[in-house]
Amino acid sequence: MKLHELTIQKAHTLLKQKEISSQELTRVLLDRIHATDEKVGAYITAADEMAMEQAGLADQAISEGNISPLTGIPLAIKDLMCTKGLRTTCASKILENFVPPYDATVVRKLKKAGAVIVGKTNMDEFAMGSSNEHSGIKLTRNPWDLTRIPGGSSGGSAAAVAADMCIAALGSDTGGSVRQPASHCGIVGMKPTYGRVSRFGLVAFASSLDQIGPMTKDVTDCAILMNVISGYDPGDSTSVPEDVPDYTTALKNGGLNGVTVGIPKEYSEVEGLDPDVAATVENAVRKIEDLGAECVEVSLPNTKYVVAVYYVIAPSEASSNLARYDGVKYGLRDKDKADLMEMYRSTRSGGFGSEVKRRIIIGTYCLSAGYYDAYYGKASQVRTLIMEDFKKATDRCDAILSPVAPTPAFPVGENTDDPLTMYLSDIFTLSANLAGIPGISVPCGFSADGLPIGLQIMGKHFNEEMLLRIAYNFEQATDFHKKKPDLS
Amino acid sequence: MKITKDEVIHVAHLSRLDMDEESIDKFAGQIGTILEYVDTLKQVDTEGVTPTSHAISLTNAFREDVEKEHLDRDLSLANAPEKEEGNFVVPKVI
Repeated sequence: MKLHELTIQKAHTLLKQKEISSQELTRVLLDRIHATDEKVGAYITAADEMAMEQAGLADQAISEGNISPLTGIPLAIKDLMCTKGLRTTCASKILENFVPPYDATVVRKLKKAGAVIVGKTNMDEFAMGSSNEHSGIKLTRNPWDLTRIPGGSSGGSAAAVAADMCIAALGSDTGGSVRQPASHCGIVGMKPTYGRVSRFGLVAFASSLDQIGPMTKDVTDCAILMNVISGYDPGDSTSVPEDVPDYTTALKNGGLNGVTVGIPKEYSEVEGLDPDVAATVENAVRKIEDLGAECVEVSLPNTKYVVAVYYVIAPSEASSNLARYDGVKYGLRDKDKADLMEMYRSTRSGGFGSEVKRRIIIGTYCLSAGYYDAYYGKASQVRTLIMEDFKKATDRCDAILSPVAPTPAFPVGENTDDPLTMYLSDIFTLSANLAGIPGISVPCGFSADGLPIGLQIMGKHFNEEMLLRIAYNFEQATDFHKKKPDLS
Repeated sequence: MKITKDEVIHVAHLSRLDMDEESIDKFAGQIGTILEYVDTLKQVDTEGVTPTSHAISLTNAFREDVEKEHLDRDLSLANAPEKEEGNFVVPKVI
């Protein structure tokens, strides 16, 4: 097997047996990035020097007998998690030269576990988008078909994992930004329960929805990363002081006998659901039934309001969060303006891309005097109803199965002038963020054109173990996750 | 039109964004379409429903009021576009 194709688990075994060194593995991955990324465009920054230094430290630790599951493993980080001394741009012109003075908690945890950070991946600017076409820096392409989008907003991380330009990656998910690109690129992606993983050092988009999650080649690797990044952090006031189980043992908690999965009846009526996606997901559900799970129909009656609620709440929070980019403390500044107000306006207008501006305007409008109750207030009430739908549905089952995205990856440029159509394609993933529940995307097949399709499994608050168990059993019984895109 | 050009100009001002004529027209159209879609929420009866601002209910994250390690001043200022004698510099406001 080629070294760049290794999973975390397999690389760990080879490192432990001293068959390879972390420096050797890291060099292979960096070479792969420099040879392949011209086609794919997954990385904003490759961190050669820093990575080789971390790999050297990992090799030293291993030679002293100190090895953890992530020691010496080359990982990629979405470019909106702060990395001390390594440029963090959020794919925005306004932060193009920002070098964080500290590490995000997740990055600190990865480094402490001995992981090697090979680079920072592309994304939609400030994570606002479902295609990576809204990056202010570059375009990322889908490794399975370079004329198509990789999904978004964590499209760079997904493409980097799918194209074997890292062993695994971290993404962030505000409305599906880990799960949807994972689905489009044929990898595993998990959005944990809100509060499970610290957001300290994650550049904020919509604070009540944002959550960091693993993007990996298989379910086992997802569990390994969850073990490291989860847990309470006093640096994040919304981080939850709940015990973290060993997710890797959850995988082996038995088969699917006695597990009940729910199929939301409203999801089959979603407009624009591609027949290949519908059929592939249906086959996956049948497989999970064959593996012993019991299938029940559940109802999520407020499904038709999910997109509207999200596209009030997320832009409202974003408009407030992005007020901090004012040309004073960090980032871009128009130095030609002698008046403070003019400097603010000119800096922000030149620094933000059009999707970010659109969402700032929508959010500011929804929060402005006279409209607050009609938009933000109303959306927050309907959010309660959506949460109650999920509560009721998961009283009857252990997890909910659904598609991740209504279609496979679409061609670059297809939806860029039509924001509402792009927003509507988020229908299956937004609810998990609004309700704060965990969700995972696992490869479950391919379209007629050979594009990957993912199955989404959503569950109850803090029950990531059930999602991993179902995903693992499904993965063991299928081989979709073993297929690789041809990039030669 | 759900949102007028004047409203876009007003909200752009609140957001500290400059907009040229072309962007104002484009945004008024696109945002109008989005807001019309959002209006479907009016169909939902939310009488007496408590709004949710956070999906996981936590109240008050307290810590002991003791001095902790903090970011060094030079590091805090390291990314400042303009700085002077340990301070951020802004255009003259008075």
